[in-house]
Amino acid sequence: MVGFSQVGAESDWRTANTESMKSTFTEANGYKLIFDDAQQKQENQLKAVRNFIQQDVDYIVIAPVTETGWDTVLQEAKDAGIPVIIVDRMIDVSDDSLYTAWVGSNFLQEGYDAVAWLGDYLKKNNRSDDDINIVTLQGTIGSSAQIGRTDGVEEKMKDYPKWKMLERQTGEFTQAKGQEVMESFLKTYQDIDVVIAENDNMAFGAIDAIKAAGKTCGPKGDIIIISFDAVAAAFDSMIAGDMNVSVECNPLHGPRVAEIIQKLEKGESVDKIAYVQEGVYPADTAAQEKPKRAY
Amino acid sequence: MNKLIVFVKKLTGTRLFLPLFCLVLVLLSNLIKTPTFFQVTIKNGVLYGYIIDVINRASDLVILSVGMTMVVAASGGTDISVGAVMSVAGAVCCYILAGGLQTVNEFQNPYILGVLAAVFAGMLCGCFNGFLVAKMKIQPMVATLILFTAGRGMAQLITRGQITYIRVESYKMLGASIPGIPVPTPVFVALLVVILTYVLLKKTTLGLYIQTVGINSRASRLMGIKSSRIIFLSYVFCGLCAGVSGLVASSRIYSADANNIGLNLELDAILAVALGGNSLGGGKFSLLGSVIGAYTIQALSTTLYAMGVSPDQIPVYKAIVVVIIVALQSTELKKMAKRYQTGREVGKKVA
Repeated sequence: MVGFSQVGAESDWRTANTESMKSTFTEANGYKLIFDDAQQKQENQLKAVRNFIQQDVDYIVIAPVTETGWDTVLQEAKDAGIPVIIVDRMIDVSDDSLYTAWVGSNFLQEGYDAVAWLGDYLKKNNRSDDDINIVTLQGTIGSSAQIGRTDGVEEKMKDYPKWKMLERQTGEFTQAKGQEVMESFLKTYQDIDVVIAENDNMAFGAIDAIKAAGKTCGPKGDIIIISFDAVAAAFDSMIAGDMNVSVECNPLHGPRVAEIIQKLEKGESVDKIAYVQEGVYPADTAAQEKPKRAY
Repeated sequence: MNKLIVFVKKLTGTRLFLPLFCLVLVLLSNLIKTPTFFQVTIKNGVLYGYIIDVINRASDLVILSVGMTMVVAASGGTDISVGAVMSVAGAVCCYILAGGLQTVNEFQNPYILGVLAAVFAGMLCGCFNGFLVAKMKIQPMVATLILFTAGRGMAQLITRGQITYIRVESYKMLGASIPGIPVPTPVFVALLVVILTYVLLKKTTLGLYIQTVGINSRASRLMGIKSSRIIFLSYVFCGLCAGVSGLVASSRIYSADANNIGLNLELDAILAVALGGNSLGGGKFSLLGSVIGAYTIQALSTTLYAMGVSPDQIPVYKAIVVVIIVALQSTELKKMAKRYQTGREVGKKVA
């Protein structure tokens, strides 16, 4: 019996995350899943976890709304002898033994992947020796996705002395802000070669801004668009020829969580931190990949 | 010489002088780092330049602040639900135009139906707020807090937690531009709302009634003005503005993003009213002041982007500028300055 407390249903990504859990922990697979939607409120999650403890579930899975405020309720779970697995966002607790394992995305690795893709792409197009000007649309400052992706890109960019980061500015993960900031970038810098948008929505905004400025983007255009998340709409954008690549942020946590539970059942030890597999999806394969996507 | 002093005094004495002065100051500060700030060219048949960005991007906020001014003036309170109402309006419009689907490439229902429904939804939200404030006598902030929290949830319900995309060229026009017209459409929408409201207030007694009710609602009731009806109407009007603004915001991104449309914009709208030199305690108000305030806020954002201020410092700079602008307009500061001046003059005479 597994209790799962989900954040809510605020995006396609979240819906796919929920769906992955539900389809993994089916009765056919030998599980009984108790699902709770917290509607973006931590107090609902605390209530849900306490309910799980009372119902004496075997495992508790939490996709936390916030990082802090978990100590008390996780201590209760620990006292009841129920292992807790955290998915997606990390939690900040005084004692690491309060949870058994964490499953989620490696945002730093996503940043590395983006740089690696750009390096290969430029080499393929014989532009390795050119000066490359880059601007970044950052996510909401302080979010783990923003920190990981910004740091990952910055770290690996050092290997490419010809690349220059002109400016970074936050687009707060929204399409409207992404567009507004990109409009400003385009006026300040005349020769932008690459736009890195730390999520797909901001990339859509940036694409609109670029088109409005009379420039082109995508595989056949002047400006290369690199994005993160790889949601369904990003595949549409790549098929339309506007976006070059999107680095996946995989929401399909279910199988990985099940793996950990199986290990625990057998009495084996598990790694504290488990990353999910994430791919890089360039535009030229977008049309073939899209039908295979679960979200 | 004397005439000039009188003229300057008259100019600086008008109510709109300080808000306008602050706006111009913010805009001119760009010349230090971005000399091309005021340059306007034409790209793709549409005007292009930083200054156009300011005017275009401020439109949503201008529309909101017009509604907010009415609410503040009539009830002495603020409507903090406008951002959420924008998102409801966007969701309603996209839901109808997409016919319940998640992504469409053509309208499933007539465009006008979606627009009217969105505006109607905004007014309905305004009716709810107005009913709570005017009839149930609940404090405005508490009353509108209900929709502030519930509004986005409602919008999420309508869009079923997904972002609904309307990928139709004619849907984008309201938020971008109409082919052949060089000025972005949101500018016209904002202008239309401001002019219609201005005419409504000047040609009818409504403006006077709103001020009277705001200054003293009991006294105005004794004078024969139905103050609760005026307050109710002001909230309905504010809801209408939020609906229109939501439509523009949704058209900009040709989708209904229930989580993000109008996020935190209610605070900017209240700030716009305050920056315009209006008292948040109600009563006398200046519509144009709020409009200038709204442009000032957007000018500030665009300026900070143009100057390349790093994103984690932007809130600090914004706060500093807002504090300075508000301080410049405070009557206490003016009194202090006057006292200091007369003190010096007296000192001179004595000497």
